[in-house]
Amino acid sequence: MSTQVRAAGMVRMVRWERWLHLLLPVLAILASFLVGSLFLWALGVDPVTAYSALVKGAFGNSRLATTTVLKSIPLIFAGLAVTLAYRGGVFNIGAEGQLYLGALFAVWAGTRLDLPFPGHLLVALALGILGGMIWGAIPGYLKATRDMNEIIVTILMNYIAIFTVSYFVHGPLKEEGWNTQTDAVAETARLPALWAGTRLHYGVVLALLCLVLVYVLLFHTTLGYRIRMVGANIHGARYAGIKTTWIMALAMALSGGLAGLAGAVELLGVQYRLIDNFSPGWGFDAIAVALVGRLNPIGVLIAALFFGALRNGANSMQTAVRVDVVVIYILQGLAIVFLIAGSSVDNRIRRWLDAWQA
Amino acid sequence: MGETPFLRMEGITKTFPGVVANDRVNLEVRHGEIHALLGENGAGKSTLMNVLYGLYQPNRGRILLEGRPVTIHSPEEAIRRGIGMVHQHFMLVPPLSVTENVILGLPGARGILLDRDQARQRIQEISHSYGLEVDPDAPVGALSVGVQQRVEIIKALYRGARLLILDEPTAVLTPQEIQGLFAVMRRLVADGHNAIVFISHKLDEVMAISDRVTVLRNGRDVATLETRETNKAELARLMVGREVLFRIEKPPAQPGPVVLEIQDLVVRDDRGVPAVRGLSLQVRQGEILGLAGVDGNGQRELAEAIAGLRIPEAGSIRIHGQDVTRLDAGDLLRFNLAYIPEDRQREGLVLDFTLSENFVAKRFRHPPFSARGFLRRPAILAFARRLIRRFDVRAPGPEVEARKLSGGNQQKVVLARELSQEPDLIISAQATRGLDVGAAEFVEQQMLAQRARGAAVLYISSELEEIFNLSDRIAVIHRGEIMGVVRPDQVTPEELGLMMAGIRRDDLSGSAALAQVPDPTQEEASS
Repeated sequence: MSTQVRAAGMVRMVRWERWLHLLLPVLAILASFLVGSLFLWALGVDPVTAYSALVKGAFGNSRLATTTVLKSIPLIFAGLAVTLAYRGGVFNIGAEGQLYLGALFAVWAGTRLDLPFPGHLLVALALGILGGMIWGAIPGYLKATRDMNEIIVTILMNYIAIFTVSYFVHGPLKEEGWNTQTDAVAETARLPALWAGTRLHYGVVLALLCLVLVYVLLFHTTLGYRIRMVGANIHGARYAGIKTTWIMALAMALSGGLAGLAGAVELLGVQYRLIDNFSPGWGFDAIAVALVGRLNPIGVLIAALFFGALRNGANSMQTAVRVDVVVIYILQGLAIVFLIAGSSVDNRIRRWLDAWQA
Repeated sequence: MGETPFLRMEGITKTFPGVVANDRVNLEVRHGEIHALLGENGAGKSTLMNVLYGLYQPNRGRILLEGRPVTIHSPEEAIRRGIGMVHQHFMLVPPLSVTENVILGLPGARGILLDRDQARQRIQEISHSYGLEVDPDAPVGALSVGVQQRVEIIKALYRGARLLILDEPTAVLTPQEIQGLFAVMRRLVADGHNAIVFISHKLDEVMAISDRVTVLRNGRDVATLETRETNKAELARLMVGREVLFRIEKPPAQPGPVVLEIQDLVVRDDRGVPAVRGLSLQVRQGEILGLAGVDGNGQRELAEAIAGLRIPEAGSIRIHGQDVTRLDAGDLLRFNLAYIPEDRQREGLVLDFTLSENFVAKRFRHPPFSARGFLRRPAILAFARRLIRRFDVRAPGPEVEARKLSGGNQQKVVLARELSQEPDLIISAQATRGLDVGAAEFVEQQMLAQRARGAAVLYISSELEEIFNLSDRIAVIHRGEIMGVVRPDQVTPEELGLMMAGIRRDDLSGSAALAQVPDPTQEEASS
């Protein structure tokens, strides 16, 4: 085969692959529903009824769809956070803790500062980012200078963050009265609704903005180039003269900032009062979101909406067919399993294509 | 010894994207023989053996073991059929003991419990009967490379191997260790039951140890010969396909001022052992200094120290008179240094990055490739297209991942990036390793072009022929020290060989007078 023909073949293959790349998460989600229906069927539930209840519960009317989007917002921020770190070769398991710190800082600003409207909100958001950033920078710094494993450090720091928040909720920031919660964030620090009569707030805009920012950062800036290079081949990056440890620490700090924003936006846009365990594990789900989204900002958006919809639709499914919400966790888990299985099939298809080209 | 050969491989064809690695190759190995598989890098030796070992499935052809056709789907199956392989890169777990390494992955007599005592006993039996001295309780990581190789051989024998494949086993050994290995090999085949396939591209070794030789060239078997009926010259001609004393014509060097100056350098390797030990050398503008030596004598650590990837323990490195000893690769960017690393896939390239992304790996910070922190794709793409054309990189376009290219084209990408910056100093480490003849010649031509342009080149290679071809001066490294610096026309390959084995230039007696081989660098002023 002449070089030219082969080259043309390779170009075709490259297009093929991009397509495959986008298709995989969708196929994984479909497969998870298919296999999930076996579980439902074993429980004596009609899968079709269950799934239609799930879909209706997630998107049935504008109020439900709004809730789905609201539940997705923290996942978008935190999913982007995990993506950014992972692209830089650091595994951020600490998004949960960073999110708690972000929420804590934001709530402090929202309840203890007295500022006029946009300024107050911006300060609260900025402090939220700062809180997460500090919590991300610590493991990043320890990895860069002391070669400490970021996975272990971030996991452990999650506990510190969660109990620190608990201390403030029970102590310094506790409202007067019987409830263990903080005061509500001042009106001037709240994310306003997008339009009157909806719970949809400006956090959605902020999430999409961050999505674009992360995309531009990763693929169109020299910093992003460095981050990706460190993640793709740390030896090659060192060889190219990149200060790899510094880049990893920075990626971790930026990642923490995004996760902190997840917590801040949730508090300033939805919950207003910080309580113990205010997060249902968004920081951990974010890892799944980032992986299902294949470490691509657009993919993260799709995956976050999928996970948000699952969570929101679960309640309707529960009432409609009387199965426990845990079925949702099974679906989530299956989607991840299929995605990983899909990646290996993906590789095999590539190898077939390679062999066919030869 | 029966009439049926131990192994027959018939018409083996194996293709990879863009490459026919094996083209209808035949190989026959008899009981009790040491069969050399000779060929240049990329001739298809390893591919053929990986087919035999079940790592690859051939596209065509069949394998017969003791006369019976077999299909080998996996290494496990190969092992079950009595085929053992010792790879170039050892597959050992450093913290585990010799015994543990040997029994790793094997079902034991006591179910899931390890039966160390019995294993240790069998290992000792094997060591004694073949002269493979090794302490069964020593952690493998603490053993020398030569002893680790013995562990690999024991591992194969423990699993019942009768046909042993040794893939370039001498590449990492000292001359003494090579003699030890050869003694073991002879004892292994002495009783006529076993056989060894010895993969090598070194003629001396093939002549010294093998009973028969099969020569591979460009994926084909060009001849199978009785070793005692052939000689080095014939084998060399068969292996390369032309007379080997072919020399690249090059104009005489016009050395300028010293660009790289190394003084009493000490560099530790990854295990903390000094690999470069008080080494000094100089490279001048417009000359190629060849650094010859057996692999693993500190070349890698030296190159990494100069390139800023390893901080030296003591001594100094100067470029253009400036002390760069403790600068890292990032700081060195402004010294216009090109480094062609030994391992292009690990260091030279980011395999998941596109070609254009790889091309700007050292220059993305500067205009026109970026402005105010933003990458400028059009400029990067245009640059990539230019380099692809200029260095004749065979690739569908600049947006293809580096992973998809063949080894030779990957090396061209590295060369294109490093040389297009018109470097003042080039550190090239084993730049032709694994490349086919054409790609290797391309690398050599590029080095000469850089020399003509006035670059100072430190050319590290363990291939003597290449060293003779390119060098204006040759330095020989042994255990991290320079054994001497000579002009290629004042030394014979034999003398270089002695220096590579650790004999200092000053201790070689009457060297120039002893020269028996034709003058290796018939330099002709053809400018």
